[in-house]
Amino acid sequence: MTTTHHRTHRPGPLTTLAYLFLLLSQNTAALLLTPLILASAILTLVWIGLPFVILTTTLLRTLANAQRRTLRHLLPHRPVPSAYRPIPQGSVLRRATTLLTDPATWKDILWLTAAPANLLLIAIPTALLTHGLYQILHTLNPTAPLYGLYTPHTTTQTLIPLLTGALLTYLAYYTAPKALHLYLAFNRLLLAPNEKARLTARVAHLATSRANTIDTQAAEIRRIERDLHDGAQARLVALGMNLGMAEQIIDHDPATARDMLTEARETTRQALTELRDLVRGIHPPLLAERGLDGAVHALALTHPLTTTVNVDLHGRPADPVESAAYFAIAELLTNTAKHAHATHAWIRINHGQNRLVITLTDNGTGGATPTPGSGLTGIQRRLDAFDGTMNITSPPGGPTIVTLEIPCALSSPKTLPSSETD
Amino acid sequence: MRVVIAEDLALLRDGLIRLLQAHDCTVVAAVDNGPDLHNALTEHKPDVAVVDVRLPPTFTDEGLQAALSARAQIPGLPILVLSQHVEQLYARELLSDDTGAVGYLLKDRVLDIGQFIEAVRRVAAGGTAMDPAVISQLLARQDQSGPLAQLTPREREVLSEMAEGRSNSAIAARLYITEKAVSKHINNIFTKLDLPPSADDSRRVLAVLAYLSSTKMPPA
Repeated sequence: MTTTHHRTHRPGPLTTLAYLFLLLSQNTAALLLTPLILASAILTLVWIGLPFVILTTTLLRTLANAQRRTLRHLLPHRPVPSAYRPIPQGSVLRRATTLLTDPATWKDILWLTAAPANLLLIAIPTALLTHGLYQILHTLNPTAPLYGLYTPHTTTQTLIPLLTGALLTYLAYYTAPKALHLYLAFNRLLLAPNEKARLTARVAHLATSRANTIDTQAAEIRRIERDLHDGAQARLVALGMNLGMAEQIIDHDPATARDMLTEARETTRQALTELRDLVRGIHPPLLAERGLDGAVHALALTHPLTTTVNVDLHGRPADPVESAAYFAIAELLTNTAKHAHATHAWIRINHGQNRLVITLTDNGTGGATPTPGSGLTGIQRRLDAFDGTMNITSPPGGPTIVTLEIPCALSSPKTLPSSETD
Repeated sequence: MRVVIAEDLALLRDGLIRLLQAHDCTVVAAVDNGPDLHNALTEHKPDVAVVDVRLPPTFTDEGLQAALSARAQIPGLPILVLSQHVEQLYARELLSDDTGAVGYLLKDRVLDIGQFIEAVRRVAAGGTAMDPAVISQLLARQDQSGPLAQLTPREREVLSEMAEGRSNSAIAARLYITEKAVSKHINNIFTKLDLPPSADDSRRVLAVLAYLSSTKMPPA
């Protein structure tokens, strides 16, 4: 089932050899762990084994994860994810129960019991290679009998081990990829979480990110409500009052009425300004009109730092993604201006492998870390709703490079009806 | 004066029609979408068009696009663009063909009817009417150590007024100074910014706007 990938990523003979030794050592470790696991299982029958169970199971997880990492190196396009239930804080009993009721633990144990079979599988090419090399080397320097049994007397007899050695080495070369291939398929089957475990982990992630999204949105809506209530709404009430009073007195005091009308106009202007600022915070008009490209360019135009923008998009992401990306960029730029002591910022936006990739670089002093409650954590939380990720590289002394990735498809570019009618 | 109006909200469209008709304008067409606007502009060739940026069918920058494409066919066709928000990007696009006769104002400016009608007339006459918000954004972005920092506060005021597109006499009236003082300030500004002097009002505005928007401009 992995043939196509295996062929395209076939490692060279030396790399294969290195991997064989790595797998050999991992499986030897697994073999050594087996008696410990057995001992902890037996001790659990008399209760004192529980802390021991936690220790051995954690060790087993570490080992299994090391194996998964190795498999990922061998099969970069089909990584084997781990899907363990999180171990809760609390009593030993609670932790041990969680560990023991997790199906992933039992799958790990199954993998552990397969260690002898695994070892045998890897041992075949390794043994062939060892014997082949031994026989070849012996021919070059035949001081003692081969294997203590065979002492060549004639030149022809001396050359026979050379022949068999070459044959064995070739066999090793021939069987190693096949053994490795079989090994990968077999261990993938053992170590990959079953669909249920994968879905459970996915549901847990979705529940968290959904709760965060709802919280963020509720807070936004509360802010908008407050702004409208204290701002535009209040101003419209004042405006209506002014106009009403002006209407009453216009006949007998036209001068005061005129002042009130001027005041009413000023109130209207203030209400409009407030509404405009509010709209910009909800969804910048330029984003609706020109998409991410135009909106980020405009952001750079009004930003205090010299900002170079490079956008390479053949189409537009969905509205929510566009909006999240825009606000993330705006927030990052604000951070840069405030904290980084930078003189120049670079923004790069492109799309590939179904991901929107945004890179923000500045030549500032670095040291940016996402502390709880900071803007960076807020960005991370908002990107979570789209399964997006944020990666920050910011060594002290700079530079800072922030990479945002959001899985999304691009719609085909909008054609303007005005150009269609031409 | 023959005017074309493009505005999709009936309430605002009727208000604009009434406003302009009350000030000696003939509204030859009032449209509510981009394609109609383009046709009205090329067919009527009005003395000035008052255009909302966001129009159907896409509700993006339809109005601006229609205005720009009409100006590409009829260079210098006077257009006054109105919007709920002002963007440097749009101001740059409107000014980029370098023929003047453009305006770009917030819709709020309609509230000050006198100023608004003055801006419409100015654009119709081939001048420029830039929103104060555009100019203040441009000035705010300038490098504090650049040539602009050498201007006196009064010269800065004159520069803003000039960049919005006002004539010497209008600037003099607004700042309560004489026209002679205004032209003296303008000469100083042009010397300090190292711009070639120009007697023509609209060319002068374009030179100043180009200067303000060219410094610290990221490569597009």
